[in-house]
Amino acid sequence: MLELDNVSSYYGESIILKNMSMKIEAGKVVCLLGRNGVGKTTFLKSIMGLVKTPGGSIKLEGEEIIKMPTYNRAIKGIGYVPQGRDIFPQLSVYENLLLGLERNRGRGTIDDSVYELFPVVKTMLGRKGGDLSGGQQQQLAIARALVSGPKLLLLDEPTEGIQPSIIQDIARVIRHLKEQRNMTMVIVEQYLEFVMEVADYFYLIDKGRIIMEGSTADTDPDAIQEKMAI
Amino acid sequence: MSTYLLQIFNGISVSSILMLAALGLAITFGLMKIINMAHGELIMIGAYVTYMIQNVFIQYMDKSVFDLYYIAALPCAFVVAALVGYLLEITIIKRLYGRPLDSLLATWGVSLILQQMARSIFGAPNVDVRSPVWLDGGLVLGDVQLPYKRLFIIGLVILSIAGVYIFLYRTAYGRRIRAVMQNRPMAQSIGINTRKVDSVTFSIGAGLAGIAGCALTLLGSIGPTLGTNYIVDTFMVVVLGGVGRIVGTVAGAGAIGVGNTTFEFFTNASLGKVLVFLMVIIFLQWKPQGFFTINSRALDE
Repeated sequence: MLELDNVSSYYGESIILKNMSMKIEAGKVVCLLGRNGVGKTTFLKSIMGLVKTPGGSIKLEGEEIIKMPTYNRAIKGIGYVPQGRDIFPQLSVYENLLLGLERNRGRGTIDDSVYELFPVVKTMLGRKGGDLSGGQQQQLAIARALVSGPKLLLLDEPTEGIQPSIIQDIARVIRHLKEQRNMTMVIVEQYLEFVMEVADYFYLIDKGRIIMEGSTADTDPDAIQEKMAI
Repeated sequence: MSTYLLQIFNGISVSSILMLAALGLAITFGLMKIINMAHGELIMIGAYVTYMIQNVFIQYMDKSVFDLYYIAALPCAFVVAALVGYLLEITIIKRLYGRPLDSLLATWGVSLILQQMARSIFGAPNVDVRSPVWLDGGLVLGDVQLPYKRLFIIGLVILSIAGVYIFLYRTAYGRRIRAVMQNRPMAQSIGINTRKVDSVTFSIGAGLAGIAGCALTLLGSIGPTLGTNYIVDTFMVVVLGGVGRIVGTVAGAGAIGVGNTTFEFFTNASLGKVLVFLMVIIFLQWKPQGFFTINSRALDE
C-alpha cells in the first residue's frame, strides 16, 4: 500500500528524518512510537507533502507521490488527522464534515456510517468546530477524514489530551476500520498500551531513524518501553 | 426634522460608498491578510471600464439604448478588475503571503504603475461619465429630495453584501475559501488546491473593487488617482470593523460614514475628518481587534 525508500525530511535547513525506508501492507495498522521530537510527526507530514522531502521515494499503491502537491496526495486517497486535530474552528461541524468530501472533489454525500462510528458528531452538526471539547474535536477530525473513504489513514497522536472513555471509542473505531473496511492506517502514538491494543506492527524511532521494529503480537511491551526510555 | 433626515441619509450614503470600496478589501486584507495598496487602483480600473463602456455605447450603439450602458458596465467593471487582480495574484501576490511589509511595498509600487498606465492611456485630466437618465432626479420626502444615484448605490451595496455573504457562507467554493483562510496546511491535506483558491479569492476581492469604481462614476469625474482618495478610509473600515468579518466591514463603514457626516455637520469638513480619526484611534486602543472579534476555543489555544 505504502512504500518509503530512503526518505529524508527537512524543516528549513534542519534534517529531521534520515534515509527512512518502510513498507506498509494493505489492511495493516502500523504505529510509530518514540519520544517527543524524534521525527514521528515529520514522518506523517512527509507522506502528506507538508514538509520538504528532497530525496528518496514515496509510493502509494505503486504510484510515486513524492513530487505531488499535498492536495493531490489527499485526492489519491490519503486521509490525515494531524496532531492538535486542526478542525476549522469558525466552520460548523457539518461544514467540517462536508470539507472531507473535497478528496472526492466535493462530490458525494456524508455517509451515515460516519455518524454510526461517531454518534456524538451527529448531535452537534450546527455548532462551530472551535467550540467543541478536545475529545469531540478529535472525533470530528477522524470523522472528516473518513467521509471520503480514504485508502490510507494517517493519525497523529489520536489519544493526546483525550479522556479515557473517548480513547476507547477511538480504539473501537480503528479496530472497526481494520476489520470491516480493511483500511490501512499509520498511527503516531506515545501511549504504548493503546499501540499494543490496536496495531499489527510498530516502529520505534529515535533521532530520525528506526531503532526497533516488530509485530505487536510477538513483542514484549516492556522491551519497547525500555528502549523508549533510553 | 428634514435637516436631520437629510443628515441621516447623507451618513448612510457615505457609509454605503465606503462599504462598497471596502468590501473587496475585506476579502483581500480581511481574509487573506494581504495589505494591497493597489486596491484603490482596482477601484480606478472599474471606473475607467465604465467610462470606456459609455464611450462604446456613444460610438457604436443607438442613442435609445445609451442608458443601458451602465447595466453593461457593472459586470464588465467586475470582470476586468478581477482579471487584473488575478494577474496581480499569480505574478506578485503569491510570493508575498505571510510577508505584510513586503506586500505593502510591492503593491504600492503596483499602484503607482497602474496610475501611470491610466495617465498614459486616458490622459492626466479627469474625465466625466454621464449618468443614465433613469438615475437623474430624486425621491421627494417632504422637504427633502433623496438623489436616485445615492439610493442606487445603497441598493448596489446591499446586493453586493448579500452576494458576498451567499457566496462565502452558502456555496461550496465559499466554504473552501474559509477553510483555506483558517488553516492552509489542513485545507491542502483534505484535498483543496489552495493556490487556485488564493487566486480566485483575490480576483473576487479585486472584482468588487471594480464594482465600487463603477459606482463612483455616478458621483463625480474620474481620474488616475481616484482610488487613492479611498485607500486610507477603506483600510480603516476593515480594521475598525474587525479583520476577517464581513459584518465588521458593514459596521465599520457605518460608523465611519455616519461619524464623518455628523462631525462635519457640527464642525467643518477638515475638523470632522480629524475627529473621526481620533475616535477610531481611541476605539482601537480600547478594542484593538475592532467591533467584531473571532472567538473560539481552537483559536484561543
